[in-house]
Amino acid sequence: MRVTIRLFARLREITTAGELDRQVPDDATARGAWDVLTSEFPKLADYTRVISCAVNEEYAPFDRRLKDGDEVAFLPPVSGGARDPVPRTGDAASGISD
Amino acid sequence: MAGDTLTAEGPGRCAGYTHKVPGIVDITPDRHTRGARFRITSGPLDAAVTAAAVETARCGAVTVFVGLVRDHNAGRRVIWLEYECYEPLAIKSFERIASEAEEHWPDVRLAIAHRVGSLGIGEASIAIAAASPHRAEAFAACRYAIERVKQIAPIWKREHFEGGDVWVEGATADPDNEDARRQAVARAQP
Repeated sequence: MRVTIRLFARLREITTAGELDRQVPDDATARGAWDVLTSEFPKLADYTRVISCAVNEEYAPFDRRLKDGDEVAFLPPVSGGARDPVPRTGDAASGISD
Repeated sequence: MAGDTLTAEGPGRCAGYTHKVPGIVDITPDRHTRGARFRITSGPLDAAVTAAAVETARCGAVTVFVGLVRDHNAGRRVIWLEYECYEPLAIKSFERIASEAEEHWPDVRLAIAHRVGSLGIGEASIAIAAASPHRAEAFAACRYAIERVKQIAPIWKREHFEGGDVWVEGATADPDNEDARRQAVARAQP
């Protein structure tokens, strides 16, 4: 199946595209789509542990199963608040852990 | 305030910004009145417009927070900033923040406008208005809103300074992270 991948800020610069259409396995999760991207753009792997993810314009956990035509967005940490980092917990924004 | 006009015209819209308003881009047309309260724009922000989106006859107080581009950061001389956002999720984040605030301070209404694109020193990047029958809640909710925007809104800032540029990456909180939300409440009500 095909999904649309949205990338922002540094992630967008690494791939030189804010939007990419990619073929992913039919049972792919959001993490699977990220894996497809990191094999194509190895520099993205530096962000594996810090990104958040959204599917169809809603924050989503990385184990969210994708459907054909879904839009999956990968979000680097947002700007601001750098002096007082808030611990990232929970599935939705915990990044991908091995 | 030139160019910022509220309109009730257009199919499926009531009192929202339309696509035709100069300087206001990518406003989802079917958000009805929400369009006026929560928006992303590439044009200059006007605090009065943001305040007008929440003022009603019940309000005895409106507080407005305006975030400006500062000429220095982390020991660097800043020349200009560039903001980028994931608009649909940013708007939803603003709506979520307003719902949270209204849950905590039931009589408060919030409006949040964020600018994207290139901004020079002194230009406004964000305007937040909180309206309430009484001032204490308006001040608190406004502070709460900016803290939460920093925590959960998918908006990124690239700092162009003398000698280079850098994406300023700070904390990202899971929107459902209760610790982060409590921290924002604590800052709003010291």
